[in-house]
Amino acid sequence: MRAERRLLTRDAGAGVLQKLSAIPWSFVLLVGLIAAVGYVALYSAGGGAAEPYAARHALRFAFGLVLMIGIALLDIRVIARLAWLGYAAGIALLAHVLVAGQIGGGAQRWIDLGVLQLQPSELMKILLVVALAAWFHRASHERVGNPLFLIPPLVAVLLPVAMILRQPNLGTALIVLALGGVMFFAAGVRLWKFALVAGTAAIAAPVGYESLHGYQRARIHTFLDPESDPLGAGYNIIQSKIALGSGGIWGKGFLQGTQGHLNFLPEKQTDFIFTMWAEEFGFVGAISLLTLLAGVILFGFLVALHCRHQFGRLVAIGLASNFFLYVFVNVAMVTGTIPVGGVPLPLVSHGGSAMLTVMLGFGVLMSVHVHRDADLGAARD
Amino acid sequence: MSKREEEQRRAVFTRRALFLGGVQAAALGLLGVRLHHLQVREGPRYATLSDENRLSARLLAPPRGRILDREGRVVAGNDLNWRAVLTAEQAVDVQATLDTFSRIIPLSDTERARIEREIRRNRRFVPVLVREFLSWEEMAAIELNAPDLPGISVDVGAVRVFPEREHLAHIVGYVAPPAEGETAEDPLLMLPGIRVGRAGIERHHDRVLRGRAGTVQLEVNVVGRVIRELNRQEGVPGADVQISIDAEFQRMVRARCEVGTSAVVLDARNGEVLAMATQPSFDPNSFSSGVSAEQWRQWTRSRETPLINKVTNGLYAPGSTFKMIVALAAFEARVATHGETVFCPGHYDLGDTRFHCHNRHGHGWVDSRTAVKVSCDVYFYEMAKRVGMDRIAAMARRFGLGVPLEIELPGARAGLVPTRAWRQAQGRAWNLGDTIVHGIGQGFYQITPLALATMTARLATGRAVQPHLTRSIGGQPVRGTRAEDWPSLGIPERDLRLMRDAMWAVVNEQGGTARTSRLPPGMGHMAGKTGTTQVRRVSREQRERGFNAASLPREFRPHALFVAYAPHDAPRFAIAVIVEHGLSGSGAAAPLARDILADAIRHFGGQRVAEAPR
Repeated sequence: MRAERRLLTRDAGAGVLQKLSAIPWSFVLLVGLIAAVGYVALYSAGGGAAEPYAARHALRFAFGLVLMIGIALLDIRVIARLAWLGYAAGIALLAHVLVAGQIGGGAQRWIDLGVLQLQPSELMKILLVVALAAWFHRASHERVGNPLFLIPPLVAVLLPVAMILRQPNLGTALIVLALGGVMFFAAGVRLWKFALVAGTAAIAAPVGYESLHGYQRARIHTFLDPESDPLGAGYNIIQSKIALGSGGIWGKGFLQGTQGHLNFLPEKQTDFIFTMWAEEFGFVGAISLLTLLAGVILFGFLVALHCRHQFGRLVAIGLASNFFLYVFVNVAMVTGTIPVGGVPLPLVSHGGSAMLTVMLGFGVLMSVHVHRDADLGAARD
Repeated sequence: MSKREEEQRRAVFTRRALFLGGVQAAALGLLGVRLHHLQVREGPRYATLSDENRLSARLLAPPRGRILDREGRVVAGNDLNWRAVLTAEQAVDVQATLDTFSRIIPLSDTERARIEREIRRNRRFVPVLVREFLSWEEMAAIELNAPDLPGISVDVGAVRVFPEREHLAHIVGYVAPPAEGETAEDPLLMLPGIRVGRAGIERHHDRVLRGRAGTVQLEVNVVGRVIRELNRQEGVPGADVQISIDAEFQRMVRARCEVGTSAVVLDARNGEVLAMATQPSFDPNSFSSGVSAEQWRQWTRSRETPLINKVTNGLYAPGSTFKMIVALAAFEARVATHGETVFCPGHYDLGDTRFHCHNRHGHGWVDSRTAVKVSCDVYFYEMAKRVGMDRIAAMARRFGLGVPLEIELPGARAGLVPTRAWRQAQGRAWNLGDTIVHGIGQGFYQITPLALATMTARLATGRAVQPHLTRSIGGQPVRGTRAEDWPSLGIPERDLRLMRDAMWAVVNEQGGTARTSRLPPGMGHMAGKTGTTQVRRVSREQRERGFNAASLPREFRPHALFVAYAPHDAPRFAIAVIVEHGLSGSGAAAPLARDILADAIRHFGGQRVAEAPR
């Protein structure tokens, strides 16, 4: 333990190999398995062909893998030091799409990087977690109790939330807000403050509903009674439920999913990829995939619990929760449990942003694991 | 930060992390439960919904059977009809699609209303006809704009064609779209452009001609595009129906008939209708593409009633053509013998009522043969008085008069031979004077030309032949092509032979009423009977002034009738001709019948008419 720590901190050259061996390869394997599930599902979504989805998915995963391992090797202290710079960059990107969107005359959420399109709001989730972790790392339990100390991180959460809302992207904004809540909670913010916020939110909710876009209201309304508009807004949910349900226990078999192949299932390669998978591989396949995804979350929590510094702990729990939120919202959405929100299933859905940002987060998570014993200095009073 | 504080902070974090982990685990567990509910417990229900999603059943229209004449000529067939159809389930927005369509091919408001009504009426997968009989240019325009016309497709259907046009209209009939109420009866009738028989053979044999709808189960995607065919059940094509009419002969017969004339030629031996002409006629092809209101008005309002088949629906008094029936009834009732004579002074007195003979000067002593030959009315007044109306009527029915015939033409009239009971049912008494008038075929009779031809065929053969049109269905011959298929009438042969001889004398003996209408040399002899029926009662005053029917306005002139069979020694053809307002049977009807029979003998020549269909 002591020798390892010395190597990590003092001998950078020999450290790379050492760090590589410290990387949790079983986790990498787990991530790879999920991506493989994604490949299979996208192969089917492509009508039994690698093009146009599966092959690009594999390519992106390979790219993400390199990125993930590269970041895993990065010293956690460097990450901590860059936390706020990263945050600022994220805000700048959000501002960029907002302005570009206004000029373009419509909702714009993307930055086109040529090989892939980056959605700054996805990246922002990771950057926010790291920034908040860095902030709370400095705070003792008493200091977290000080309301004034909580104002800057609150602003740090609400600023991107507001910007994402302006895009407008209600689902992601809510997820970022929830993520912020998780960070505050894990950092030890007193429970009564949450109660206060929750109470205020309950009062403000009707006002907020009024300010929602028509389509957002429609989604909430449709969620409450999807059958009321079977050909309109409720169509996606109904068809997804039919696909899931008709999959049964063992599924219709690879490439045999009629709902998906006959295009009854909308956006089958992105938001509804879980449905695609579950129609063809049934309840067994769905639970297996859910278990793999839960495994990733569990790993994040284990990293958090084993980490010896608050920064790492908060980063790990934040990233794990971020991944959880993706999984939960997406699966709850396709099963008709919560309103449709346009949230992809990371590592499985077609689309670069979610996958790359999630893998970027996994890189940071692994860095935390590798550097769990690093000395980041104590919190100041 | 002290070590104690660090420990405290870690303890808080651990507690809260475990709490968060618990919440997240519970949330994922909830999803698992939800999936279990959807996929395991509700699975079968969703499986059904999924099947409904992807399966679309469509009907396959079988080709309608053709109608062939006795020589195998197509008299009702199918032609290609390019149609634009709209499948509601494939159209995102039916209205938008129709709007776009209207810009390419204008649709009238009524057309549009019909399309929308049919879309509402039918299930969404049933294609609804938008426009048929598309030209090549229109088809090209539709195909070119296909991406803007979701739900519209061009398919090829069948259009009924009647190559013989007006010549066979009353026999073959015509087809029209089913009425709204009819579509429930057979799912086939829901198909766009389907036609059902509305008259004639088309209607009588509609079920046979229609066939049975096939079904195809298709796997379709969300916009209804067919991905693959899962299951196909071929329908049963409609069977071809061969009729006994010879289209070429029919044309010849019709060419000889003027407006108001009906003629029907039977194969005397088996009752097959060889030609059935009524003038004027109509073109049944008009019904396939839709008859205009104007055309329809013209047809239905015309006094010449082109839509009505006068051979089966025209009702006439038989006049003197009925006289053989009266004689046969008298022989059967044993109220007269063959050679018994009656004196004809030119009139017949019953009480203070005088009944005239057509020959004012009288025929002198006449026996039954002479009475038929010269058409003496007095003889038959006497016979009628002796035998009575009811026995005359019974004999008439045995000869197919006043009873429904088995002709395959829907709506054909049975006609009427009055009886005393019939008259009493009307609340009127039957007088002896009525009997006497009915003895010469005048009075309340309502007889169709077809019934007269049937009577003639039965006189010629002694068998109860039924006039019929169907020779074979789907290649299977129907009963009744051989003479032996028909039962004997049960009339003594010597009675029949006497009447045939008398009818032969009508045409071939000096003094016969149709002496001028013998068949051309080499064609054998025909036997017949003339008839002239008054349309209006002739008053005594007119009679005394020297009544001349030819001076009457046309619509009051008498009808001219003639029935005949040929050849006399081996009857093959039986004919009935009615020339409305033709003045006299011998002047107008007999020569026409002669010409038609001559045509028949020439046309059918040595060919055996009654041979079984090929």
